Amino acid sequence: MSTEAEKKERWSAGVQSYASMGYYNADYVPKDSDILSAFRITPQDGVDPIEAAAAVAGESSTATWTVVWTDRLTAHEHYQAKAYSVERVGETDQYIAKIAYDIDLFEEGSVANLTSSIIGNVFGFKPLKALRLEDMRIPTQYVKTFKGPPHGIVTEREYLNKYGRPLLGATVKPKLGLSARNYGRVVYEALRGGLDFTKDDENINSQPFMRWRDRYLYSMEGVNKAVAATGEIKGHYLNVTAASMEEMYERAEFAKELGSVIIMQDLTVGYTAMQSMSNWARKNGVLLHLHRAGHGTYTRQKSHGVSFRVISKWVRLIGVDHVHAGTVVGKLEGDPATTAGFYDTLRLDHVEENPSNGIYFTQDWQSMPGVMPVASGGIHAGQMHQLLHYLGEDVILQFGGGTIGHPMGVSAGAEANRVAAEAMIKARNEGRDFMKEGDDILKNAAKNCKALSVAMDTWGDITFDYTSTDAPDVTPTPTSS
Amino acid sequence: MKITQGTFSYLPELTDEEITAQVQYCLDNNWAVGLEFTDDPHPRNVYWEMWGLPMFDVEDAAGVMYEVKACREAYPKHYYIRMSAFDAKLGRQTTALSFLIQRPEEEPGFMLERQEDHDRVIRYTLRSYAANQPEGKRYGRDQ
Repeated sequence: MSTEAEKKERWSAGVQSYASMGYYNADYVPKDSDILSAFRITPQDGVDPIEAAAAVAGESSTATWTVVWTDRLTAHEHYQAKAYSVERVGETDQYIAKIAYDIDLFEEGSVANLTSSIIGNVFGFKPLKALRLEDMRIPTQYVKTFKGPPHGIVTEREYLNKYGRPLLGATVKPKLGLSARNYGRVVYEALRGGLDFTKDDENINSQPFMRWRDRYLYSMEGVNKAVAATGEIKGHYLNVTAASMEEMYERAEFAKELGSVIIMQDLTVGYTAMQSMSNWARKNGVLLHLHRAGHGTYTRQKSHGVSFRVISKWVRLIGVDHVHAGTVVGKLEGDPATTAGFYDTLRLDHVEENPSNGIYFTQDWQSMPGVMPVASGGIHAGQMHQLLHYLGEDVILQFGGGTIGHPMGVSAGAEANRVAAEAMIKARNEGRDFMKEGDDILKNAAKNCKALSVAMDTWGDITFDYTSTDAPDVTPTPTSS
Repeated sequence: MKITQGTFSYLPELTDEEITAQVQYCLDNNWAVGLEFTDDPHPRNVYWEMWGLPMFDVEDAAGVMYEVKACREAYPKHYYIRMSAFDAKLGRQTTALSFLIQRPEEEPGFMLERQEDHDRVIRYTLRSYAANQPEGKRYGRDQ
């Protein structure tokens, strides 16, 4: 507000452009303590992209649709979010707007509050055709107001005494309908055969065909029998998702009483409930798994919603030990580069800006423990080289159908997966080009393991090769040599 | 039964040549390799006895294999021996790889004890059959 006239104009009653009210400022240099957001904006026809970006900044911070004199009772320029960069995406009608928010806008340690601001009202804003939150930079000052994962990757591995290879799991199938006694049978067979974990599915809570307490009792019988049969620590993710926090705590307490090393919750319970369960898990020494049930409704389409890389950041702050983050090769959405961005966000302490992986901002986690990503959905032993190549070794590979659907039985299915994983790690460590020689490595391992041989005959050719809906704008150009 | 702790327990027993290749991988990553032994393989027995210190300054896999041989001679077939590699890098600072390089010929396994408690709750306790003998007299030693 340089001149008196401009100042008067700024406060005259009525509707003004968001940009002119200070929500766009190309000269603004973000502070180290600012929370930054990258939005993909598709303005309605005829709407100026800069005004659209300013509107997003306004509506996700202090603004309403008209000038209010009560702004003048505040240091309003401090509280205004500022769109400081608006760039068109190639030749499309989309723009990436970067917006800076002062840390004072947010309650310490509350993802519920953070999200109520950033994605609260603005996604329904009429002047925009579509809006997507692509990424966020969470500053150190705000990261440090969260406790993060109750255990994290390092502590989980030390607790389980399992190192140097992906952990292996399976979701009990069919998802619905098994009685508790039959359910526990699958748990036992899969763990005895060689898996580290079995898992309740997201929609297994407490239905008429199987109430939660019965499931917990039989599942823990299966877990403990398998521990005795192998001499390894094993676990079953007991889903504590329920209609109320009181019921979730009741279920979690019972899981703890039975000696379960791990419980799980669904993303559908909400940010506050997840953070409460995180506190519970930390207090009680129980690992906490998160199933991302429902996320595809808002993460998958590139034009509108919230990218899963943002959800990854939020759940690391909220504090879970595991979260499903894609398989690349399985049945569910997962562009390799985008998925690598999710995995980096969950696991690394420092993530550099990397447009080819969809990472818009450099993010420092300041030693906050990493979250173990979980790859689940349509994967099988024959893909082990690809899984290790794309996902690395700090990951949980979950073979539901790929264990339980084995022609020789659940235990054989589990064994096939374990043998394939160990053989691939051994070959990698020996310096072999495992991605290229993957088939040979598996076939060679199958000579000593009928279960793996049968698994490869059954699923060897199964691939899910569809075009991704969520790929980065930037693809690396190969340099000619 | 066969205890399946460690990274490679589902593969055929590794030959010394194969173990050497894994050692080389660890050394190439600047991990310190250490040996530990026990005759109590309960899954919650965290602290196996150390065969000296982790070999922080050994640069050659042959040096590690020399210690493997010495450890096996001192603690032969009545003991489990595991090889672990430690990664001291900031953010990890934990074991990076761990696998068995020796196991007793016979592994009697574990008894699962069930104590019936209230409302169908069962308390589980795992007991190694071998651990019924005192330390040092297990797995066929001094019978």
